[in-house]
Amino acid sequence: MSNAIPFVNYLTLGDDPHLVAHECKSCSARFFDRRNACAGCSGTEFQSVDIPTQGEVRSFTIVAFAAPGIEVPFVSAIIDCGGTTVRGNIVNVEASPDHVKLGMPVKLTTFPIGKDEQGVEAINFGFEPAA
Amino acid sequence: MASEDVFILGIKMTKFGKHKELDTVDLATEATLAALADGGVTMKDMNIIAAGNLMGGAMPIAQVIQKACGQTGIPAYNVSNACATGATALRVVGMSIKAGESDFGLAVGVEKLAGAGLLAGGSRKSDGKEWERSGRYGAVAGVDGRIGTDTMPGVFAQIGMEYNHKYGGANFELFAEISRKNHSHSTLNPLAAYSKEMTLEQIMGDLMIAYPNTRPMCSANCDGAAAAVLVSGSKLKTLSQEQQRRAVKISASILTSDPYEEACQVLPNVNTLTRAAAKQAYEQAGVGPEDLDLVELHDCFATAELVHYDNLMLCEEGNAVDFFKSGATWRTGTTPVNVSGGLQSKGHPIAATGIANVWEVCHHLRGEAGPRQIEGAKVGLAHVIGLASACGIHILESNSA
Repeated sequence: MSNAIPFVNYLTLGDDPHLVAHECKSCSARFFDRRNACAGCSGTEFQSVDIPTQGEVRSFTIVAFAAPGIEVPFVSAIIDCGGTTVRGNIVNVEASPDHVKLGMPVKLTTFPIGKDEQGVEAINFGFEPAA
Repeated sequence: MASEDVFILGIKMTKFGKHKELDTVDLATEATLAALADGGVTMKDMNIIAAGNLMGGAMPIAQVIQKACGQTGIPAYNVSNACATGATALRVVGMSIKAGESDFGLAVGVEKLAGAGLLAGGSRKSDGKEWERSGRYGAVAGVDGRIGTDTMPGVFAQIGMEYNHKYGGANFELFAEISRKNHSHSTLNPLAAYSKEMTLEQIMGDLMIAYPNTRPMCSANCDGAAAAVLVSGSKLKTLSQEQQRRAVKISASILTSDPYEEACQVLPNVNTLTRAAAKQAYEQAGVGPEDLDLVELHDCFATAELVHYDNLMLCEEGNAVDFFKSGATWRTGTTPVNVSGGLQSKGHPIAATGIANVWEVCHHLRGEAGPRQIEGAKVGLAHVIGLASACGIHILESNSA
């Protein structure tokens, strides 16, 4: 897998792919972006925490109209992963309100999005219905 | 010493829609001169100008307006606060009057947006040579569409769906019905970009943008401007009876930003700051939601209107669906909402919106709204929200009692 890299810094690949958040050491607020300080308490010390890969769909939309180059329709969702809110696409499901439901249990999955000229594959994450 | 009361002396919006022959300066000037004439004053009377224009048609817009119709050397504030830009301009002028620095001030918002298409969203493509990380997430390509959506119709669809997950009762048809109300209201507004009645079938059957928002359930990109002349209470007393009668009191002027809470950096939380602004506004004005004769709220998408019934406390918490179903927000209901047609039909020239909705409320409070007049309107509320995030609320009261 040395020829694969995660699509974003907060995705960890390997045998057990999962998301990693920066957690504020003083107030426990969690963030996925590079941080200067905490938006909750202005603290500046963070630790890495693994985010559960199982979650529940708290909201979704089916985007049918997007910027050029983006495949539509796709399902964009807000997932509650054990108390940490995560944004991602719901994949491996028909992009229709008959198949995507509020409260639906989902789990994290990964998939390649393409290779660069060096043959390095970028791996993105999404969520799929959990049985 | 008590701070000055602030009144709207003159206010106007241009026709919203496609203005092929008019540029940003033309539109801003048209609204400015009309607002000054409406108030019976001139540029020479103004002590301050605050103006906004997000698409950059003419920068810096406040000075550009002065160069177009009156350079008098007054302080000029160029403001930018997303969809709350117009409300922010209004509030900057109001604060200057309250502080005793100005007797008169001018607030302007203008936008050329017709045919702009989707706002926000769009992915940077990899050049294919070598993956390179950029941005705060260290992404190797654009995240829009690959990790959720950045498009406004999609973001606000999720905001409405989240409300539905929390409280239940809403569905595609209900959101479309909200849109039907606003399109129906728009038929009485000659300044609206679109003023056609639409059936539920037409709305639900139209082009899907981001479920459950179809095209007519999205705010219309269009051109337009709006301007307001504000005056201090003590100065107003020296003006004519007619000016005093038509003046509208700004009983509350509130601006909030979004406080941190879990998830707010994942999906913008438009609820916290709107509820906080509403609470402050009711306190400042000394009125409650039940006193409002009309409300213009920020229905950038049909899904947004539902959550703001709740955020503005027009209904019990969690009860927005039943509140809408009761018919309360139709122009014949107990709390008419968006009798202008709202952003879905009147249009949403971003920086102009936060003054245009105040104009709509003033129009009714002055009893000048013609066929769409809400009879006997004395108190109204105008609300805007811009991502991510600013919320502006103005409560306005008739001065003619």
